[in-house]
Amino acid sequence: MSTSMEATTPAAHHGFADATMIDHESELLQISLGPHHPSTHGVFRMDVVLDGERVVKLKPVFGYLHRNHEKIAESTTYLASIPYTDRLDYMCSLSNNWAYAMSVEKLAGLQVPERAEYIRVIAAELTRLQNHASTIGFLMQEMGASGTPLMYAFREREKILDLFEALTGSRMMCNYMRFGGCRVDLPAGWLDQARKTVAEYPRFLDEFESLLASNEILLARTQGVGVLPPKLAIQGGVTGPILRASGVNYDIRKVDRYGIYERFDFKVPLGEHGDVYDRYMIRMLEMRESLKILDQALQQIAPGPIMDPKAKIRGFRPKAGEAYGRIESPKGELGFYLISDGTPNPYRYRVRPPSLINLTVLEDMCLGSSLADTVVIFGTIDIVLGEVDR
Amino acid sequence: MNLEEIKSTLEAAIPGCSPQIVTNGSPSGQHSLLLDREHAFAAAMFLRDDPTLCLDYCSNVTGLDWLDTETSEKVKVTQLVDGIEKEVEEISKTRTPGYLEAVYHLYSMQKKHGPLVVRLRTENRTDSVHLPSFTPVWRSAEFQEREVFDLFGIIFDGHPDLRRILMWDEFEDHPMRKDYVEPDDYEYEPTPHDAVLKKALEHRNRISSPDGQGA
Repeated sequence: MSTSMEATTPAAHHGFADATMIDHESELLQISLGPHHPSTHGVFRMDVVLDGERVVKLKPVFGYLHRNHEKIAESTTYLASIPYTDRLDYMCSLSNNWAYAMSVEKLAGLQVPERAEYIRVIAAELTRLQNHASTIGFLMQEMGASGTPLMYAFREREKILDLFEALTGSRMMCNYMRFGGCRVDLPAGWLDQARKTVAEYPRFLDEFESLLASNEILLARTQGVGVLPPKLAIQGGVTGPILRASGVNYDIRKVDRYGIYERFDFKVPLGEHGDVYDRYMIRMLEMRESLKILDQALQQIAPGPIMDPKAKIRGFRPKAGEAYGRIESPKGELGFYLISDGTPNPYRYRVRPPSLINLTVLEDMCLGSSLADTVVIFGTIDIVLGEVDR
Repeated sequence: MNLEEIKSTLEAAIPGCSPQIVTNGSPSGQHSLLLDREHAFAAAMFLRDDPTLCLDYCSNVTGLDWLDTETSEKVKVTQLVDGIEKEVEEISKTRTPGYLEAVYHLYSMQKKHGPLVVRLRTENRTDSVHLPSFTPVWRSAEFQEREVFDLFGIIFDGHPDLRRILMWDEFEDHPMRKDYVEPDDYEYEPTPHDAVLKKALEHRNRISSPDGQGA
């Protein structure tokens, strides 16, 4: 494949370039969207230059929530960083735990017992379900469907958060995984409750789809809007559902086969057009695939130990060296790059945040579209500022 | 293709390029390739466009700070002590200058292999901190190189838009450096407002004056 230089320069995809040429009289208007705009999902700002209603320039500005998570992690022990990883992408704390635990396991050479791997897969896929549902809910909110779809999504999310609370003691800040396994075993009756929730979930998906998929307003607002060509997506380092909506078959669960994902039978849904509609639809389809994985995992899980006996909780000092571990988090590739110098604290601790890197192509997707569409395009990227700013 | 093959193909394809393999002691076994600054950009283009490697996806870019290290060695020296030649042990100190490092994790989305870990090193960590930017090769490096510039102070030559990204524009230091010292009061950091600037100046005068009272 030739990744040419043309992909690196922002290009208008909608043919509006001509329209801006004709109107010589118009004056450019520079406005600042955010950081307190409700559609920005937190403290995020976009410096937008408008020609009439068309976006001619867009620069994302962030850092309002920056607390130098990496520096904090370098000044404390490996274990003490786990609760901080919950606060990166606070919608998906269990995925963050897994990515960090996996990187440390690579660094120290720990083996995770089978039952713990199953629990991790179940936790991560439940996280994906609730993240995708609420992302779609927020997206509809931004399109003007006030309340209803979001509340439907949150109703289902609450059931999954109840499972998390029963398992970890916390709805959102789970702090559950440890290096070489998980903190506690499943409580009594948890598996039955999880099976019940998973069995009921398709009903919600059907309901959600009949509510949205063929809605005329939704189709008009999403089809052909914010197209991301596959070449540009790869070039811009986009990962997760956005990348697959552009038709690039790259799912780290299939590529790296980390954990025990090779045991499960599931498909990777791919989009065709790479527009907002595809990005919405990919998330709906991914939820169905997650349900397939959950069905299999909840059936196969067997009793056993949940911690590697070699794992040391106290006095944990990995050998000097480095490791990069990554998982397919609901937002894309979440990676942790760790360097140990043999002391109890990591010498270097780096988070590869999918939310931040997916924003690289935001300007390219928005150029030439209207301001109202910008909000919708931004909504499909699905960012969490806790992770963007760290 | 393993790391040694990549090294030899790079040496063959780019005249003068001399990559070194940096070994990694951890069980992860992710060894890396250290590129020299002059040929790094050409090497990156080659890694991306070579049909067998096809590393079209730059996943992770990050910086590292290695401080100056001082190693002391005991050396035996013959000396005249009271007119008699004696062997005396002396401690000789050697100071190796530190450097900043940029690390890139490259994958191939098309061939689904990776990671190839590529490192670049600056000359030192004070006045010669320039590295070639890989943003023209992989656009995903755009924000990440800005972050490395912001937090570590590596200047990427050829980056289209090298500004601070997480810290505010008026911020002066690079907080991820190992020898970074926090200001005693963040409120006195200079910001564009007149009143705050004036306050900050007073604060600075006070801490720099010998009696601590200020002018």
